[in-house]
Amino acid sequence: MALYSEKVMDHFRNPRNVGVIEDANAIGEVGNAKCGDIMKMYLKIENGIVADVKFETFGCGSAIASSSMATELIMGQPVSEVRKLTNKAVAEALDGLPDYKMPCSVLAEEAIKLALDDYEKRTGIHID
Amino acid sequence: MIYADNAATTKMSDAAVRTMTALLGEAWGNASSLYVHGQKAKEVLEKARADVAAVIGAEPREILFTSGGSEADNQAIRSAAELGRQKGKTHIISTAFEHHAVLHTLERLKKEGFEITLLDVHENGLIVPEEVEAAIRDDTCLVTVMFANNEIGTIQPIREIGAVCRAKGVLFHTDAVQAVGHLPIDVKADNIDLLSASAHKFHGPKGVGFLYAKKGVRLTNLIDGGAQERGKRAGTENVPGIAAMAEALKETAGAMAVNAARQSAMRDRLIEGLSRIPHSALNGDPVKRLPGNVNFCFEGIEGESLLLLLDDKGICASSGSACTSGSLDPSHVLLAIGRVHDVAHGSLRLTLGEDITEEQTDYIIKSVREVVEYLRGFSPIWRDLTAGKKEFIL
Repeated sequence: MALYSEKVMDHFRNPRNVGVIEDANAIGEVGNAKCGDIMKMYLKIENGIVADVKFETFGCGSAIASSSMATELIMGQPVSEVRKLTNKAVAEALDGLPDYKMPCSVLAEEAIKLALDDYEKRTGIHID
Repeated sequence: MIYADNAATTKMSDAAVRTMTALLGEAWGNASSLYVHGQKAKEVLEKARADVAAVIGAEPREILFTSGGSEADNQAIRSAAELGRQKGKTHIISTAFEHHAVLHTLERLKKEGFEITLLDVHENGLIVPEEVEAAIRDDTCLVTVMFANNEIGTIQPIREIGAVCRAKGVLFHTDAVQAVGHLPIDVKADNIDLLSASAHKFHGPKGVGFLYAKKGVRLTNLIDGGAQERGKRAGTENVPGIAAMAEALKETAGAMAVNAARQSAMRDRLIEGLSRIPHSALNGDPVKRLPGNVNFCFEGIEGESLLLLLDDKGICASSGSACTSGSLDPSHVLLAIGRVHDVAHGSLRLTLGEDITEEQTDYIIKSVREVVEYLRGFSPIWRDLTAGKKEFIL
């Protein structure tokens, strides 16, 4: 059996929404180089909706795939829904991750949550 | 496909496969039985012992067959420790970048009351014989230093270290798993008392290896039972596997000079090509290294993604990143030569086969360059480094 599911490999090989949003109004970064994973999420939130999202990731295959999948899951979604995103949902959407790679999906959830916190701080708008 | 992970394992040679499959049918007897089937197996076994011994300059009776390199390492170290304990000597010297078969055995001995000194391997990945000498105490019972490192390929000054140990009357063991068949070894001239080897690193089968123990060095059993292997390793011998190991070793060692010339030329071409990638660094001494070993760190990327993308390009390699080991820390070898975590995660080990071509070497260089550039393209660390927000390490 392969290490990763087909879906993980697809998102790893062809990551969606890679890059930077220059005028992002919500940015979240988690992880550190010492551990070997850093994930950075850039969101453009307009009228309470994620109008655009991009990511940059330094990390293993599952970290890159988790970032990519997370951006797909939140694109176009209302921020109140985005707040509810869990790492489990990211991993499930990828048809699962090996147990020891689950922390990669946690990074994706955390990066997005931090981006929302950043948005609240910048705008004073509270997201439920 | 280019298989560049020969330090992990090698493909069995055709001759070894032929020997093994034929003997599964022909030498199925128990080598301890006195009737014809048993004696046939015994004959094959002893021929293999003589062949293996000849390659490293040992006497056949000094060769003990084991299940592989790990068992040989365990038994060598445990035996020397036991001999030391009997004389009240409980200090062992080793290095920080040994294989885990050595390090974990030493950790266990530490819990049993032994004191362990791990020597610094320096930035170039080489042990200094004078530092071994300085570390030896009156209560030192063993020095164990690997012949060549499995990750960064550095070849240690074994003969000099052995001479130091001889002069001080301390047993010397070397884990030669990466060296046997690939580097000239003469256990007598090299002053080696105990040496471990594994068949699958020189085109033999998995699950077979050997321990050389100089005559007079009393071994302690890890496996008790029958009187096989002069009573030092119980269990009915894996005769086809052992014969295939001997076959593979004769073949690989016989072509050593030709292989090494070809591999080291390709190794140096690879090192030259990969050095051109900005913010990269070779790990380990550029000259005193195994003919087929190349190990680099690339700043700003992580090793597992690098491996997966190289796999997509038909290149099999390995990395010392944490993600490839399932632990949080990158390779202890890279940390031991002073690489910090940040860059150790971005390591790549390529270990070339004897049949590597110039065309394949150039394809590897091109592919690694492409993949490193691609991954750096969306690495937040690389962005910070290039934007001047963070200092480059390499």
